[in-house]
Amino acid sequence: MPKTQQLEDFVTQVRRDILRQVHKVNSGHPGGSLGCTEFFVALYQEILERKDGFDMDGKEEDLFFLSNGHISPVFYSVLARSGYFPVEELNTFRLINSRLQGHPTTHEGLPGIRIASGSLGQGMSVAIGAAQAKKLNNDNHIVYSLHGDGELQEGQIWEAAMYASGKKVDNLISTIDLNGQQIDGSTDDVLPLGSLRAKFEAFGWDVMEIKEGNNITSVIEGLKEAKTRTGKGKPVCILMHTVMGHGVDFMMHTHAWHGKAPNDEQLEIGLAQNPETLGDY
Amino acid sequence: MKKYIDTGKKDTRSGFGSGLEVLGKTNENVVALCADLIGSLKMDAFIANNPDRFFQIGIAEANMMGIAAGLTIGGKIPFTGTFANFSTGRVYDQIRQSIAYSGKNVKICASHAGLTLGEDGATHQILEDIGLMKMLPGMVVINPCDYNQTKAATIAIADYEGPVYLRFGRPKVANFTPEDQKFEIGKAVHLQEGTDVTIVATGHLVWEALLAAEALQEKGISAEVINIHTIKPLDDEAILNSVKKTGCIVTAEEHNFLGGLGESVSRVLAQNHPTPQEFIATNDTFGESGTPGQLMEKYGLNAEAITNAAEKVIKRK
Repeated sequence: MPKTQQLEDFVTQVRRDILRQVHKVNSGHPGGSLGCTEFFVALYQEILERKDGFDMDGKEEDLFFLSNGHISPVFYSVLARSGYFPVEELNTFRLINSRLQGHPTTHEGLPGIRIASGSLGQGMSVAIGAAQAKKLNNDNHIVYSLHGDGELQEGQIWEAAMYASGKKVDNLISTIDLNGQQIDGSTDDVLPLGSLRAKFEAFGWDVMEIKEGNNITSVIEGLKEAKTRTGKGKPVCILMHTVMGHGVDFMMHTHAWHGKAPNDEQLEIGLAQNPETLGDY
Repeated sequence: MKKYIDTGKKDTRSGFGSGLEVLGKTNENVVALCADLIGSLKMDAFIANNPDRFFQIGIAEANMMGIAAGLTIGGKIPFTGTFANFSTGRVYDQIRQSIAYSGKNVKICASHAGLTLGEDGATHQILEDIGLMKMLPGMVVINPCDYNQTKAATIAIADYEGPVYLRFGRPKVANFTPEDQKFEIGKAVHLQEGTDVTIVATGHLVWEALLAAEALQEKGISAEVINIHTIKPLDDEAILNSVKKTGCIVTAEEHNFLGGLGESVSRVLAQNHPTPQEFIATNDTFGESGTPGQLMEKYGLNAEAITNAAEKVIKRK
């Protein structure tokens, strides 16, 4: 089977996992999770240089920080299917006594998670710190972070953006999930973000775009391109265009499914559009 | 009665700077971050000796807390430095999520705490920081009393794995604890043995408590003085053993009585050994501009106030 087909099958299975996780507990955030599925699969299956197993310090490997922690369903699915913890554990998402909290946390010791996130705007600062630690440790690996576009309304992001370029944190690749949606509506309606390219360039970042953030090949190519831009004195920003809810037709192009779970009937429709490939948990 | 000698007035923030300088030489994992207040936090020596291990963040405290959390991932032990107000209230959610909930080994070092910051006034005089920090699960809260103890505490917290809030101040105050002291987190220090009243104090109020004990002795009252440098975890045993002997207690701190040391002590007493207690603390108020001495007198945070409170609480036995 061609590699691309394998990855697309992986993506389809992760979408099933997302839908089944949020449906079971009638809560969680499917929209952004579905939109970022290709990104997570590309990152963990093709891009990150990862060691076997998990340790918090993550020396001599690439690191990833999820800043918009509410898209935990896609993070958990990809971590589990990349070997960090048993896939069956996805059954415990958001249940009492679970390691799979509503938002990702280190608190219950879930392998693959290095910081709690959920309260928005904090992950870029953390990624910068981890990137600086790598420089101190003479570790040439790269630190990646992911942020929602709505999250950029938080001021701390811009403190971090100013710092990262001012202090030449050039082992950092921060991706912005540009889906144009947030809880209360479109980003244009809630608080317009303006030109993010102009903003990040003005803040001194090397800015590039992934035009098709829901095309696995485009995402992989984009992340590889970003990697070639590291080590050149600037942090790298990827503006990744995605569709919230991608892969489930009635969830696409709307903020309605940002934080709402499908009912039984809607689940069946969604699963039918994403047939089982790697085996359900 | 033991006699304590002030070996020369020094600021506790300089004790921090001196401790950090030592750590720069003894612990290669210690790194320092500052939000544009190097001089105020006395971090110059560490920076001069370890330029690669210092991060000037600029006036962006939220970002500083996040970067500190990130630096722990890779084995660093970050010490953040800014004023107490900007170390706590301004960045509470960053500390809560990225440091405390995430269990990161960050040392939040906070200068200019309380009223004794002085003329800058209430915008900078935080009197709520102990409460804010002690409510965070897993956060250790330390408020040493003088230069020597602040230096010892700074060095000690590097060997403790987990988040710590270290609170100190701006003014030059009596330096009376031993230069070579061993600092044990969570272990109260008995300064005077007494039988009539227990005085537990933290930070700048410890010296005032010793002065109060002298004044009380002249009135024929025997006061036990305990230095509670660690507010969390609190040394319950030391407090309970003392009040079982004296039967009453005065708590003294440069902080609001709401959320401070006094309330932590009250909880221990209420659960284990109900005891009359008087609070030397600010009374749910903001501060104002003035000299440290004027402010401590106006807000009732000095030896005279402690003495009066001791006499009052003895009558309640």
